[in-house]
Formats: sequence, C-alpha cells, structure tokens
Amino acid sequence: MPRRTDIKSILLIGSGPIVIGQACEFDYSGTQACKALKEEGYRVILINSNPATIMTDPELADRTYVEPITTEVVEKVIERERPDALLPTMGGQTALNTTMALVKRGTLEKYGVKLIGASAEAIHKAEDREAFKHAMQRIGLRVPSSGTAHNRDEAIKILEQTGFPSIIRPSFTMGGTGGNIAYNREEFEKLIDWALAMSPVSQVLIEESLIGWKEYELEVMRDLKDNVVIICPIENLDPMGVHTGDSITVAPAMTLSDKEYQRMRDAAVRIIREIGVDTGGSNVQFGLDPKNGDMVVIEMNPRVSRSSALASKATGFPIAKIAAKLAVGYTLDEITNDITGVTKASFEPTIDYVVVKIPRFTFQKFRGADPTLTTQMKSVGEVMAIGRTFKEALHKAIRSLELNMSGLSSREGLDCGIPEGFDRAQGLERVRQHLRTPIAERLWHVADGMRLGLSNGDLFALTMIDPWFLEQVRELIQFEAVLVGQAGKKPAVLEESLLWQAKELGFSDDRIAQLIGGTAASIRKQRTKPQGKRGVTYKRVDTCAAEFEAHTPYLYSTYGSECEARPTDRKKVIILGSGPNRIGQGIEFDYCCVHAVMALREEGIESIMVNCNPETVSTDYDTSDRLYFEPLTEEDVLNIVEREQPLGVVLQFGGQTPLKLALPLSKAGVKILGTSPEAIDRAEDRERFRDLLDKLGLRQAECGMARSVDEALKIAAQITYPVMVRPSYVLGGRSMQIVYAEAGLLEYMTTAVKASPKHPVLIDCYLSDAIEVDVDAISDGTNVVVAGIMEHIEEAGVHSGDSACSLPPYSLKPSVVEEIRRQMKALALELGVIGLMNAQFAVKEDTIYVLEVNPRGSRTVPFVSKAIGVPLAKLAMKVMVGKTLPELGFTEAPAPVHLSVKESVFPFNKFPGVDVLLGPEMKSTGEVMGIDQDFGWAFAKSQAGAGAPLPKEGTAFISVKESNRPAALEVVKQLHKLGFNIQATSGTAGYLRDHGVPAETVNKVKEGRPHIVDHIKNGQVALVVNTVSNAASHADSLSIRREALNRGLAYYTTIRGARAAVMGIEAILKTELTIRSLQEYHHHL
Amino acid sequence: MKQALLALADGTLFEGRALGYEGETAGEVVFNTAMTGYQEVLTDPSYKGQIITMTCPHIGNYGVTPEDIESRKIWAEGFVVKEASTLASNWRSKQQLQAYLQEAKIVGIEGLDTRALTRHLREHGSQQGLITHIETDARRAVAKAKAAPSIIGRDLATTVTCQTAYQWIEGSGEWIPSLGKKPRAAATKRWHVIAYDFGVKQNILRQLVDAGCHVTVVPASTTAKQVASLRPDGIFLSNGPGDPEGVPYAIQSVRELIGQYPLFGICLGHQILGLALGLKTYKLKFGHHGANHPVMNLRTRQVEITSQNHNFAVQVTQPITSVPDRPLVVETTFGKVAVTHVSLNDHSIEGLACVDRPVFSVQYHPEASPGPHDSGYLFAEFTQLMEKQHV
Repeated sequence: MPRRTDIKSILLIGSGPIVIGQACEFDYSGTQACKALKEEGYRVILINSNPATIMTDPELADRTYVEPITTEVVEKVIERERPDALLPTMGGQTALNTTMALVKRGTLEKYGVKLIGASAEAIHKAEDREAFKHAMQRIGLRVPSSGTAHNRDEAIKILEQTGFPSIIRPSFTMGGTGGNIAYNREEFEKLIDWALAMSPVSQVLIEESLIGWKEYELEVMRDLKDNVVIICPIENLDPMGVHTGDSITVAPAMTLSDKEYQRMRDAAVRIIREIGVDTGGSNVQFGLDPKNGDMVVIEMNPRVSRSSALASKATGFPIAKIAAKLAVGYTLDEITNDITGVTKASFEPTIDYVVVKIPRFTFQKFRGADPTLTTQMKSVGEVMAIGRTFKEALHKAIRSLELNMSGLSSREGLDCGIPEGFDRAQGLERVRQHLRTPIAERLWHVADGMRLGLSNGDLFALTMIDPWFLEQVRELIQFEAVLVGQAGKKPAVLEESLLWQAKELGFSDDRIAQLIGGTAASIRKQRTKPQGKRGVTYKRVDTCAAEFEAHTPYLYSTYGSECEARPTDRKKVIILGSGPNRIGQGIEFDYCCVHAVMALREEGIESIMVNCNPETVSTDYDTSDRLYFEPLTEEDVLNIVEREQPLGVVLQFGGQTPLKLALPLSKAGVKILGTSPEAIDRAEDRERFRDLLDKLGLRQAECGMARSVDEALKIAAQITYPVMVRPSYVLGGRSMQIVYAEAGLLEYMTTAVKASPKHPVLIDCYLSDAIEVDVDAISDGTNVVVAGIMEHIEEAGVHSGDSACSLPPYSLKPSVVEEIRRQMKALALELGVIGLMNAQFAVKEDTIYVLEVNPRGSRTVPFVSKAIGVPLAKLAMKVMVGKTLPELGFTEAPAPVHLSVKESVFPFNKFPGVDVLLGPEMKSTGEVMGIDQDFGWAFAKSQAGAGAPLPKEGTAFISVKESNRPAALEVVKQLHKLGFNIQATSGTAGYLRDHGVPAETVNKVKEGRPHIVDHIKNGQVALVVNTVSNAASHADSLSIRREALNRGLAYYTTIRGARAAVMGIEAILKTELTIRSLQEYHHHL
Repeated sequence: MKQALLALADGTLFEGRALGYEGETAGEVVFNTAMTGYQEVLTDPSYKGQIITMTCPHIGNYGVTPEDIESRKIWAEGFVVKEASTLASNWRSKQQLQAYLQEAKIVGIEGLDTRALTRHLREHGSQQGLITHIETDARRAVAKAKAAPSIIGRDLATTVTCQTAYQWIEGSGEWIPSLGKKPRAAATKRWHVIAYDFGVKQNILRQLVDAGCHVTVVPASTTAKQVASLRPDGIFLSNGPGDPEGVPYAIQSVRELIGQYPLFGICLGHQILGLALGLKTYKLKFGHHGANHPVMNLRTRQVEITSQNHNFAVQVTQPITSVPDRPLVVETTFGKVAVTHVSLNDHSIEGLACVDRPVFSVQYHPEASPGPHDSGYLFAEFTQLMEKQHV
C-alpha cells in the first residue's frame, strides 16, 4: 500500500521532561518519527516542552511548539495548526494520556483530527487494567489473578482473593509509578493509599504475585495488512518483582526452547491483533514459571517504549522509524532494511551476539529513599553492551556504568582470594542478607556469594535468577581465580593463552591488572605488541547474523579472528558521548554530541560516535557516519582510536564522562580537539583556578581547601558560616552541602566525605541571598561570543541544574549583565577556550563573584540554542576543526525579545518520604522550557510543563523562616491583591497581619488537628510557599512539602521562586494564553 | 581443553575447542541463523551430509529433551558453535547438550569465530569441510575436507527414509500452534494421507494429525501404484536432504500421482514436485537455513515469517528479480502452474500450485519447529483440497 494521501499534516506529541521511567528514549523515537514523516513529505507539527531534545530542533519539524503538554495547550496547537492526523505512540505515556484526554474532551472530533498508529479503543484496551484483563481472557491467555480497586476497601476485598505478596499497580502511570509489592496487611494499606494517589484516575490493580517467575519482553510490529513481526525477544536476568526498567536484561532470550519461544510469539501476535494496534510497535511482557513453563501475560504497551529503543539498538531494526512509516500506510514489505539495503523490513532480526543492559541508579542522591527494587522503576539511566557472548557483554556493560568498577569487583574485599582473618560465616551472612531482597548491586553480591562457596542452588533459592545466568557469572569468577593464581609471577606478564582467554571473556585490562597485580598499561602493552597476531576486532550489527552484507558501520568490539571495521581513509573525528544518564548528566549532553556530528557532516568530515547509552539519538546508527557501541573507558576508546586514526577526539560535548579521559588520552598521544587538557585542568584545579582569577582581577567568594578536619574548621571560621562544602572533582554537586555551624561541618567532614591530601574538600563562603547567573559562551581562541546569560530564579545555593532560570535575565541591572559578559570573555580568552565554555556567577548587591568555570558544553546549551535560535554546539564543533567565529557568521548573539524560562523536574514522586527541598546537590532528572513575550507567562508555562501548573485562585499557604519574612510580605501582598486567601503558620501569620495582610492562622502538624497537611489533603490549598532554616524545621515541615508534591500543587521553597510564581499568576489572570512555534520565535530574531 | 580444527575445502582454517564426540567428521558446511531450536535442527534429516554452524553464539542453554526431536536421531554430520553451554537450564531439559552430542557420536567444534566463518560461507558459498579433534596438520585437514563427497546429485533420502511404512497418530498436544483466536481443536480424523518420507520431520506429521488426517508414512522408494493401493485421500511429499535430482525414482512416482490425488509438498518434496512438473532446480550459493525468512504469499499479499532449510531451489524460465504483483503463471506438461510464494530476501520461488489440479507445495517449513507458526494455514489448505476432491 502506498502512503496515505488523505492526510497532509501530522501532529506529534513528545514525552516532555526527562523523568524516571520516561527518558531520552522518546527523543530517539520522536526524532526518528519526525525524520521519517518529513521524508515522506508530510507537514509535521510537534509539541514537546523539553528543550534538550533533538526532536525539538527547529529543522526536524515544520512547526515546533516548545510549550507545556497539557490538553489545553495541545488543543490550542490543534486549533492553530489544524493537523489532519495525530500520531500518539511516539511520546511515551505522556502522549498517550494527553491523547486520551483530547479524545474525551472531543477535541479531535471537533477539529477532524484522525488518530493514526493506535486508535482510542486500542489505547484504552491496552492501558485500562480491567479492559486488558478481559481482552486477554477472550483470546485464551492467562493473566495473573487480580482485581481493580478505586479505594482502600475495594482493595482489601481483592487482596483476600489474590493474597500476599501482593503486587500493586496504579493505572495510567509510567515506569510503574506508585507501584509496589506488599508483604503484609499494614504495608498493603499504606502502599494502596500511595498508589491511588499516583494514578491519575485513582484506579489500582491488585495482582497475585509472580515473584521469582522468569520475565520476558517481546517487541512486536504490525502493519495495515496485518503482517506481524517480532523484533526481539528480551529476557530479564532479574526475575519478576523487579520493574523491567530496573532489571538487567539480555537479548536474545537465553533460556527459552523453541517450543516455549514460539508459544510466546503466538501469544504476542494474538495480543497485538486483539488489542487492535493497527500499525506500529508494541511491547508485550510475559511471565514464565520456571518450574513448569506456565505462561502469563503481564502487560502490553501500545506504543514505542524504552524496551523498543533497546530492541532497536540491540538488533539494528529502527522500530520507531518503521512505526512512523507504517502509521501513514506503508506495509512492512514496502520498507527497505537500511542496514542490508537489499532486504525488507518485514522479517525478524536474528542476532549473532549478546546484548546486556544494566540500569544505573542514583539512590545516594536521595537520602531516605528505599533502595529495594520493586515494580516501580527507580533507575535514572542505563547502559547497553554488545559482546559475542553473554560473559563478554556483561563485562562490557559493567564497565560502561562508570561506577569505578572494571569488572565484578568484590564488595567484600575478596577480589584476590579470601584474605586471612576474613570471617567467612559473617561474610556469608552479609551476602545472603544482600541477596534476599533485590537491590541495585545484587549481581556483585552474587559474585561474592560464589567466592564464598554458595552453589547455584543456594543462589537460585535466594534470588530466583536463572541458573544459566548464575553459571555464566560463575565461569567469570572461576576464571578470576585462575588469573589470581598468576599473581606474583615475574615478570608480571600473562601467558599468551590466558591473556586472550581473559579478553574473550570480556575482562578489561584494568580488571586483569587488579587480579594479577600489574598495571592496565602493561596488559595493554602486552596485547598490542607490534608483532602480535591477535587483538581486538570489530563486528557489525546487521539484523541478520551475517546472512547479508551490512552497509552500515554500526560496530562493537570483541576478540575474534576477523575485523569488520574497515576504516575509511577520510578525514575523521571521534566524538565521545556521555554514557548512561544520571542526575547531572543527561540528554543535554547527547544533544550536544548529535549536533557535533551534524556539524562535522556539514564540514565534510567523517564523524565517529562512541557511546554506550541505548536510549539516545547519538547511538542511532544513522546519526553519525560510524557508530561504535562501546564503553567510554580509556581502554575501549584507545582501541578505537588506534583502529580509526582520527584527526582528533572531541571530549567537550559529553559532559564529565569524556572529560575524565582528557588526561589519559592525551598522555597516550591522542589529539584532543578544542580546548586543551591543560586549560581544562586550569579551570578544574581549585588552586590554579584561583591564580587565574587573581590574574584577571576577578572576584571569587572567599574559599579554602581543606585536607584534614582541623584545616576545615580553621578555614570555615575564617570565612565565617554559613559555608558551602564539597569534595573536589564532582558532578552534579555530589555531596555538596551548605553548613551553618561548626557542628554541621564536623559531621560533614566525618561522615559525608573523608578529606585527604589527594582528595581535598573545598570550603566556600556561602553567598546568602545572592542571585546566581549561568553563562554559556563560545570561543575560537580570538573571538568570544557570549551566547546566553541566564538569571536563576532560585537564589544561589540551589544547584544550577536544579534552579529555574530566565534568559534574558529578568531582574538584573543591565550594567551588571554587561560586566558579566566582559568577565566571561576575559575568562574564555585567558583559558584559551576553543569551543564551548560555561560559567556560573553570583551577584550580591551588584558585586559579581565567579563561582566556577567549565570549559566544555554545559547542560544549558540546548536551552540557550533554542532560546536564541543559534545551534551553539554545532558552531563549537566547527570552531574546533578550525573555523573562526567570523567565518561562521557568529560574532554577536541575538538578543531575543521573548523570554525563555527553564524549569527543572524532579523524581521525588518516585521516592516516598524523601524531602523535596532544593540545595547544592543536584536532584533533577530533566527540564522544561516556557517561552513567551512576557516573563510571567513564560514562567507560568514552565511550571505547567513541569507538572505543577500555577493556580488562578484559592488559598495560598505561607510558612517562611524568620529572615525571609520581609521578602515574603511583598509576595503575599501581591497574592492577596490577586484574590488569594492567605493561610500561614502562627509566626508568619502574625507577622503578615501586623503588616496589614489578613492571614488566617493554621496549625503546624505538631500543633494538633486539623493542621496544614489535612487542609492540603482535603484540596483546600492551591499554592504552598515554604522556606526553612535549619534541620529541625526541615523535619517539621517535610510532610507539608510531600503532601503538596503528592497533590501536584505548585509549591515554592525559596522566596525568589515564590516571587516568580506571583508574576506568573498575575500574567495568567490578566492575559490569555498564546502559543507560538519556535520557528516563529526564531524568525523574529 | 582439547583443541579442534575446522578446515574448509578452499583452505580456510578455524581453530577452536573440541565439542561432542571425539573424532573427525566431514560434510558440507552451512550456517543456520535461528536463535532457538538447536535440537530440532540437529535431528532434522534434511541436514544429512552437512555440518551445521549455528550463528547464535550460545547453544545448549536449555538442554535437550526427547520431546523436541524431529526424527529418531541426529543426522547432521557435525556441529559448530561459538559457545556450548555447560549447564542446561529449563524445566523440560533431560540432558545437557554436550552429553547428547557425545552419546550420538556427533563431532563438533566450539570457541571459533563463527561470524567470520558465516561471512566466509556467505561470500564463498557453502563448501565441504572437516571438523577434526585428531588431525593437527592443516594441509592434511584441508585435503580431507576436499575429499569429502559433495551433496550435488547424491541420493541422501535413501539413507534417512524409513525402511517400511508405518502409521503416525501423535498430534502437537500442548504445543499446538495458536495464532488464531483460540487454539485449534483437534478435528476428527477424516483424511487418509500418505506421507512420502524423504527425511520427514515429525512436526509435519503432528500437524497433519492436528488438521484431521490419519497418516501413513511410506519409504521414499514407494511407487505410485503401491500408494494407490493404500487408497489415500491425499499425498504428502516430505522434506529431506540433498539434491532433488538425486532421487529420480521419487520424481517419477510423483509425476504419476499428479492429478490423481490432492498433493502437498514441503522443501525437498516441493523441489521433487517442481522437477516432476518439468521445472528445473539449482543449487543456492549458501542456502536458506533459519527461522526468520520473509515470504510473500502472492495471492493474499501477506508476508509470512518462515522457517527454512534448503540448499536447492526451483526455477522457472523467466528470472524473478522483484516481487511479482500477482501469482506468476507458467505452462508445464501438467498445464498452468502458478508461483504462489516468493522470498522477499532474494525473490527465489517459495511456493507452487497447479492451476487446474489439486497440487501445491512450498519451499519453506510451515510446520516450523524450529521457527514461527505463520504458515500453519497450509495444512488446512491441504485438507480443504481433500474435502473438495471428496465432494
């Protein structure tokens, strides 16, 4: 069937900000969809509030709305653009839920918009737990016994049928938000309340537990002619009970016989037909009883998903791209398989390697978060590795995680055998303890269990991990023992055969060195000696296990007998990606890497991408000229450099990950493009940095570096409290804190970090009530253009990645802005920056302090690029390969008249009980952008985009620390004038009343009921402003903030934030919502 | 660990570790790209004369079970894998792969770069090869590989076929394919089908039973007259190893049976039918061996993902270079014959049907095992032909 001609324009809904459970895999799928639809000549209209995405680049769609994804706004887009069709399956749960809301509201019918990809009925059937259960029963498939409840009583009734442990799954949430496992009645009641609160329709499924069953996922595609293919079977190493997003997963399925696999395949085909997903991809999850092969259907997603992104990367079959083409009428047999160029998309990929995905967690950022892995996803990112065997892929995945582990490093100090004096019984008990409940590091504890003599049977009983996987891990542990047996031999070189055996098993040079007691460098030397016949080889991902030739250089390393890399002799550059997403390093850096690729293409230089994050656009095989899906370690990168012989390597786009490699790579003689490693060190090393500022006559907040507790106390006393403390060389403000008194500092120095001469602790004067400013600039070494100056909404002390900000500044004096610009230029020139540079400044009473300088692309690059309509990362890449800024026509940044506000998005709703207060340690996972002619509106849009829209009326609850009261008064007066009722806790209320604001006193939680949390729970509060001073008041008011979060209320924990909110409320009360596409904004620049 | 060597006739060598029975074996080296079903593959009689390379790197993970055999023994000459699992993990597993191979005296090799080998076979074609655990001299190993008999023109069916006729009554049981809304209920056994055993896979017989047939399996050399005496409602021509031109007696029998009874052929059976109809066959460069081959049914325009295992294919006079818009019809001594199915990978012929006679065949394996069940409808088409004939 040819493409549909009855539709000309298509609306795509993106997935909004990056949150746990919905990350950059939807930028990957959305970008593919945009490209595919444009290629087919459709007019593409896109809405996505997330500026850090490639899909919102203005070239990717005809109209790009960076606006909040709410029904109201999407309706406005539809009214304005009149699309013929809406494709709802590319933007995760956000797009599906928004689409369903639009259907209910009658918007699609009103404007004659056709749903393509999946109908409303199909979405309902797949997403509604009850409807899905009935559908499965109709086609004779088993689902876990379950019932749907809308309140606690109903839930308890169902529990009597389903029993403990009880699986709780809220409807219409993604990443299993609000989902849990309850083991007793008390826990059940608590978790049910939470789950009901999390479900947008207050509906919860209570399900029989299948804990310990094997879990599988099948990616299914269907076209309008009812052709169905399975793209990839994925097996979870972690059995049922752990969310698949938090599980280690493996492709292809490893422990299914053909009979079992085909039965599952039959079921998947019937499911997609029964649910009625007409075109595109779906994901079906199955549970399998290891005792007897009983199979149940767990769930189905009628859309592309994190798993489909993984399956696409794992097989080379681009699910989202093909799904988009199927949605407009093509059939699978009409679409060519890009990789072979001769075969068609209507086939089932077969792979001759093993893919392992391991999630990455960030529990340490959220004090009080429960690290147990359950049915609700908690990981913030993932890595994928490809190897010729499971063992090799597992090893590669482990080192891709960047957790300072080059292998199955022991948690018990047993790497080189069991040390003398080790209490075996105690050790075993600890390991057993760790294995009983699933946690992030379970795999490493399994390895320790083996070192301590646990059998596969013991380990299976504890973990229910399939014995096949256990045996694979055991083979690695046994080989480790063989290597340890080589330790101490002189000279410290390995027998050739052992070396190659180790490399085939995926052991890193580093791990081998640890085990035999040498250095990674000596292992490398041994295995790369010039006369050596063996070495690393690269194989191609080709969808077909080598049956057809692959024309796409999508490569992975292994130790085989034939290398298929076939490097070209073109001019080429290697770009290092940013690895797994984590807090502090996410999609923004992938965005920059992708732009670097585009720039190289425009310059006629071959681009070679190295990355290991399967969610990203950068690891799409058609993004760069050549893709190496590899860990970002010194060993793996050097191997590629040696094979490819590039002009140089680019480090500045991938965040901290590649930057860490700057020194080792340049030591190995690799040319680093752009800013020199020497300049990077000058900016990162605190003492050298201070000298630099002194030289330029720039001011820094008073600070010192402590190598011991005593030194810290002395420095802090000198600077005067409060002080900001942090370890050197950190990402995302890890372990950064504001300390108010000596006691706090002592606690920090003794518990949080251990200061040492090698790892000093930095102590800065905390500039209270200062305004923080983020600046991005680009330099070619002679010319510097300051591209964006962003004023933070929250005061200094909140991590820049967590603070909202405005471009251009909304309250700073022009003279201050000018001075910041001057300082930025001076810094860039002095450092000799070639490419991008980011710096943070603090402004206190018009005095400017330099906080820090990062000579690399920053988190804000995509935001600034979208705000000013200039692709900064692209320009930076061109500068790095020799172009000057004047040559590129970029000598001055446009000064937009519109305001762009960036707001951060936090994962607090995934971590019950964790405080939502912001501080110097970064906690956000993503961001949204609000754009408008008016600051108030831009801010209001950013809040709506982040999921907490500003209220227009109602009661505002105010509780602020004493020092904030005068400032809060202004805010409250405004709110009162705008028609809000004011409630406050006694102290604040008294102060407000004394100053002429009628404020009602409300009980604090400890003052008796009804108290403020009761009011919030009853829906009587519309806005919360809460600032706190010390730890005690933190604890008191925690429940207020948590409840505000649970209710989705607008809440502000800083006065500056509250002030901006008032400006936003004023805007939405006084003027109508208007929307504009990025293309229009940029046209007016 | 014992070393082993794989030598190809063109002189290419791969070093690896010994797998299975200690010894030496020769055969045509082919690769199979299916990710599951190694036991079905090993016991498929069509592999007689061949050494199978599995492209999926981990083989043996779920062990072996007597339930999954496709014939009474392993027919493959040798087995090549990247890594054979030392542990079998599955609730049905009765034995570990290595032990199974040893017991069946199958010589294998593991630990070599199977992808490099596959690419070599793809580029240079399937060829004779030798797996040896004994020979260490490369030149001698290559010489032995060269000396191994080719499968071209050889009658391999004789070695794998049954000696005497027998009844088959077992159906698919709990493993019945269920692509329809509900698993198909076993129909009453209305049709007597004579199945020519050129190396028949048991799953074909099971699926015939599922479709309501009672089946008499007969040796490859059974004459048309002998078949007629069994009063069949339909004739089935099975899969089998080697070159269809190697079994002229079977071609002759089929020629006599065309038009007399509804007739259905699979794989070698399809090629034999093609030759009986007067068409030609040829050898493919490296064959089709896998479970992911897309085939278009030219009558419905639907794509079936099929299981395949063949080295020869049928051709018609005009070369097919793209997917035809409708079934391609050619004239034969038996009237018009339609090409009903083609491969989407290389446009080779995947299905034939006589326009005026109740005769059809497919190159691929609708009985799957291993592989997807998309083409199971063909068994129903066969019973429908018998139904029509009956009326």
